[in-house]
Amino acid sequence: MSERETIITVNHLVKKFSSFIANNDLNFEVYKGEIFGFLGANGAGKTTAIKILCGLSKPTSGEATIAGFDVYTQKDDIKNSIGYMSQKFSLYEDLTVTENIRFFAGIYGMTRKDIKIKTQQLLAKLELEDSAKKLIKDLPLGWRQKLAFSIAIVHSPKIVFLDEPTGGVDPITRRQFWNQIYEAAAEGVTVFVTTHYMDEAEYCDRVSIMVDGRIAALDTPQKLKETFEADSMNEVFIKLARNATYNE
Amino acid sequence: MRTILFILQKEFLQIRRNRAMLPIIFVMPIIQLLIMVNAATLEMKNISICVVDNDLSTTSRQLTNKFSSSPFFKVTGNTFDMNEARTQIEENKAQMVMNIPAGFEKRLVRENKAEVQMLFNAINGTVAGIGNAYANQIMMGYNREVIAKWIGISKNMPKTKSIETIPSFWYNPDMNYKIYMVPAILVILVTIMGMLLASMNIVREKEMGTIEQINVTPIKKIHFVIGKLVPFYIIALFMLSFGLTIGKLVFNVPFVGNLGLLFAVACVYLLVVQGIGLFISNSANTQQQALFVSYFFMIVFIMMSGIFTPTESMPQWAQIINYFNPIAYFMKLIRMILLKGSEFHDIYKDFMILLGYGVAMITLAVVRYRKVSN
Repeated sequence: MSERETIITVNHLVKKFSSFIANNDLNFEVYKGEIFGFLGANGAGKTTAIKILCGLSKPTSGEATIAGFDVYTQKDDIKNSIGYMSQKFSLYEDLTVTENIRFFAGIYGMTRKDIKIKTQQLLAKLELEDSAKKLIKDLPLGWRQKLAFSIAIVHSPKIVFLDEPTGGVDPITRRQFWNQIYEAAAEGVTVFVTTHYMDEAEYCDRVSIMVDGRIAALDTPQKLKETFEADSMNEVFIKLARNATYNE
Repeated sequence: MRTILFILQKEFLQIRRNRAMLPIIFVMPIIQLLIMVNAATLEMKNISICVVDNDLSTTSRQLTNKFSSSPFFKVTGNTFDMNEARTQIEENKAQMVMNIPAGFEKRLVRENKAEVQMLFNAINGTVAGIGNAYANQIMMGYNREVIAKWIGISKNMPKTKSIETIPSFWYNPDMNYKIYMVPAILVILVTIMGMLLASMNIVREKEMGTIEQINVTPIKKIHFVIGKLVPFYIIALFMLSFGLTIGKLVFNVPFVGNLGLLFAVACVYLLVVQGIGLFISNSANTQQQALFVSYFFMIVFIMMSGIFTPTESMPQWAQIINYFNPIAYFMKLIRMILLKGSEFHDIYKDFMILLGYGVAMITLAVVRYRKVSN
């Protein structure tokens, strides 16, 4: 595995908020094109870590490079190379499907001509042609999430960060959503995903589990189950998270 | 630059879709101008007066007639009982009482001197004061007639000696309060658009959570801020033109000065209020907070701006505060330009202060904005 190309490297990353240590000495690597699951209970420090990796927040100490760019000094380069979709729904509800696509593609520097072509492709793929002129707020949640994901990768980023992308979505749509993720990964996009659904953890190539600001385990779902003598990722997670001492 | 165009396109689409926006742009100027200009007047007409005439003589009737024929007074009651007159004031049916005692005419003829009592409801001191001034004018006029009639004619004097003042009212010769108020309302409209709505629009992105998505894109903060402020800048200038048109068509406000200069002042003024609006949106997390904070500043600024009362007659400390009150500057300049025809060299100093203020506010707000969201 280690001979594979790494795209995210994190070394001794620490983030403190006054006395509270949100991320305590994180070390991991993410390989190009893999689906990397980032698990942890609420408050374990996942969001803080993602914010640092996306260039939204500065680490207290340690190193991290995203797509070869440094999180301290090359934030703008990082932002150009990543896509992001948050747990909070983040498209503009008062804009139509096409207008959202155009806006986000536009601010990533795509030309109007490319945007038109890409819009047609996206609409066809998502079977949203009839809803192209509908406002986002008039779309069902599942469709919105699928569209949000497509828009997060509209500018063909190297990495896409998904922060609990399937919250509140029905199982069928979740399944479709994961098909989208597989497709993106097959095209070489690295997927960094956090989730609360343990069945989704099984879909990941590798999974890290955070407990109390530390990475308690990191391996393929298969190996993790073997190590912790568990039948499912659910069991693995509970065994690890049970020892958590919330030091808030 | 291209990024800004995409942001602007998005902002204008959202503003157009916002159902409250079109009414605000078109209906608010009309309503505010038509209602507030007509209502917010210090010109006093129809002061209601209750007459207690216990003399019932020719003289007392003539005096009463003087009042009822004046446009400033309206005789709303006639009684012989002072207690009833007092009740009328207490019940707000009359604002003043004129008490002509019995024997008024007799005394005037025999003693060359007679007294009339005037009572005013002075809860609103201004109304009472102005009413008193009007009443005195009528009294003096009537006095002269009486003198002319009884003394002048008998002694065959052509005219009594008196010093007459001949007032000439510059810049607003008809003393039309409305053309004084129209520019003031325009100032308020521009301020609401530039400060309140712009700040609420930025905070809206925080509230919706879309700001998070914007933050992970390569959009520079300055581009985002420009994209947010420019639409309201344009709309505010449009509202000013629209309001000026209404002012001209409905109130026939004279445009004595240069409209180009007026718009130059408005452009500079908008920098200041947008800077303040941006500052507010930095610290507010919800539209409600932004609204309350903007509202607070706007009320204080408007009340102190000289909208109704001249800033020059405010106490010293208030005048010092007004150095930092952008609305006071614009309020003064728009009236100077529109009504007085002031040229650039007349307003040079205020214009430069406003410009410096605007550049400083925008710069400060943008710098602070970057820090906050990083």
